[in-house]
Parts: sequence; structure tokens; C-alpha cells
Amino acid sequence: MAADLNSYLIVGAVLFVCGVICMATKRNAIGVLMGVELVLNGANVNFVAFSRFTNLGLDGQVFSLFVIVLAAAEAAVALAIALNFYNNHLTIDVDRANKLKG
Amino acid sequence: MSGESFLFTIFALITCLSAIAVVFSQTVVRMAFWLVISLGSTAALFFLANADFVGAAQLLIYVGGTLVLLVFGVMLTASGPYLKIATSPGETVIGGFLGLLFLFIVFAARSGVEWRKPTAPAETLNSSGAVGNTLRPLGLAFLGARPDKDLNEDVDTTSPGYLLPFEIVSVHLLVVLIGAAYLARAKKRVGSVQAS
Repeated sequence: MAADLNSYLIVGAVLFVCGVICMATKRNAIGVLMGVELVLNGANVNFVAFSRFTNLGLDGQVFSLFVIVLAAAEAAVALAIALNFYNNHLTIDVDRANKLKG
Repeated sequence: MSGESFLFTIFALITCLSAIAVVFSQTVVRMAFWLVISLGSTAALFFLANADFVGAAQLLIYVGGTLVLLVFGVMLTASGPYLKIATSPGETVIGGFLGLLFLFIVFAARSGVEWRKPTAPAETLNSSGAVGNTLRPLGLAFLGARPDKDLNEDVDTTSPGYLLPFEIVSVHLLVVLIGAAYLARAKKRVGSVQAS
């Protein structure tokens, strides 16, 4: 397939949907985190593709850099929460996190 | 088929297939491996789209930093080798069905939009941004200057840069790292064993 805007958008859509399925079906908290990373990467592919193939200029690349930095921050905090959860429950299964259920 | 299309096809296939492999992997270590492959070939796609600095940042931050963090998380939370937390088959079927439905919706929305064609050929859009070597214009944009937009223009106003979001994201990163270190610090497991 040719390297045009539509092909990049297809790659971004596949990454996004894989991430959403990962978030919805995985029961491991680290797996859910990996799904979030896939979703953010799909968005990044779209940003870079729009920056390349339309006359937006550099704005798309600037936004994808912001997304990368925020994803790193999110991963650090979520990892800390997962470690705390493991310390308290001795498992990382998100279905066991039901202490706040009414 | 030109060389760019050939490389794009290869890296797009690697990206999509390893993202699907992340979904279908059972153990979390294999998921991390396929995620490394997927993110690395996404960086190659960025290089193909003339975004050299973004591709390098993707390799450095994602593949070098975030994935190492994730693998440490896997190691610190493993209660045995090859930890498997299986999803029930019904949930897998429902998740896969909803995922395919969602993919169909996204594809339909994508093909339903008539994307605005660039007014100029992509190679001559802006002299600095769209043809690679984006390091200097990106740095200037983060400092609040946009010479790639403001030069060759007749209007008197200047384009806004990204100085304030850059400062906000810097402070945000500092706060987040302090908070993560505070949350994840080693504590004695007092009372947690009998509580769980």
C-alpha cells in the first residue's frame, strides 16, 4: 500500500482498537497499562501523519511530543499504583480491586 | 512500488501484527516483548513520515524508558514465573466482538471524511518542517517562536508558540516523578497480609 494519509490512519486505527481491546479484556493491571500505551501510540501516528500530509506544519509533531511525555508520566504513576496494590493484596488481578464497591 | 511504499508496508504490517499479538498474548512478559516490537516499528513509521525528532524521542522515551519501567513492574509484581491471569472465554468473545465493531466504526468514520488536500505539494509545504531535519524548528516552537510559519507571510501577527504548555508539562513531569517515588517507596508490609 502507498504511504499516504489513509494508510497512516489505518495503522493508527488498528493500534487504537488493539489498545482498547487490551484495556477491556486483560485482567492483569500491567496489561491494562500496555493497552493505554497502544492507544496513545495510535493517536501519535495520526498526529504525525496529519503533520506530514496536510499543511498543518509542525503542530502535529509538537503535540505528539507532548503525548509521549505525558504517557511517560502516566506510566510512572500507574506503575506506582500497581506496586502499591500488589503490596496490599499480593496479586495484580484488577478484578480483586473491589474494596470500594458499594 | 517505490522504496518508501515498500518500507511503509513492511513497518505498518509489523506494527499492526505485533499490536494484535499484544492482545492475544497470555503471559505479561510476552505482551511486553510484542509491545517493544510494535513501538519500535512505530518509530520507524515516524522516520518515514519525516518526523525524525519524534521518532528518536519515541525510541528513547518509549522503548528505552517506559518499557523498562513496565518490565520492572512485571518483575516486581510477579508471584511466580510466567504469571497467567486468564480471561474467561465469554469475556474474550465479547471483547473481540466489540473490538471488531469498534474497528468497523473507526474505519467507516475515517472513510466518511473528505480530508482536505494540501494546497501545495507536501515536499514544498514549509521549508523546514515537512522534509525532515525538524530538530531546530521543533526547539524554536517549544521556545515560543515559529519561524516556519511566520517567515514568508505577509500578515503582521505571529503564530503562537508552545512555551506555556512546555513549562506546564515540565513542572507536571517533576511533580509526577516525585509523587510516583513517594507512592512506590518500600514500606514494611504491616497489617497488609492479614488484611488481604
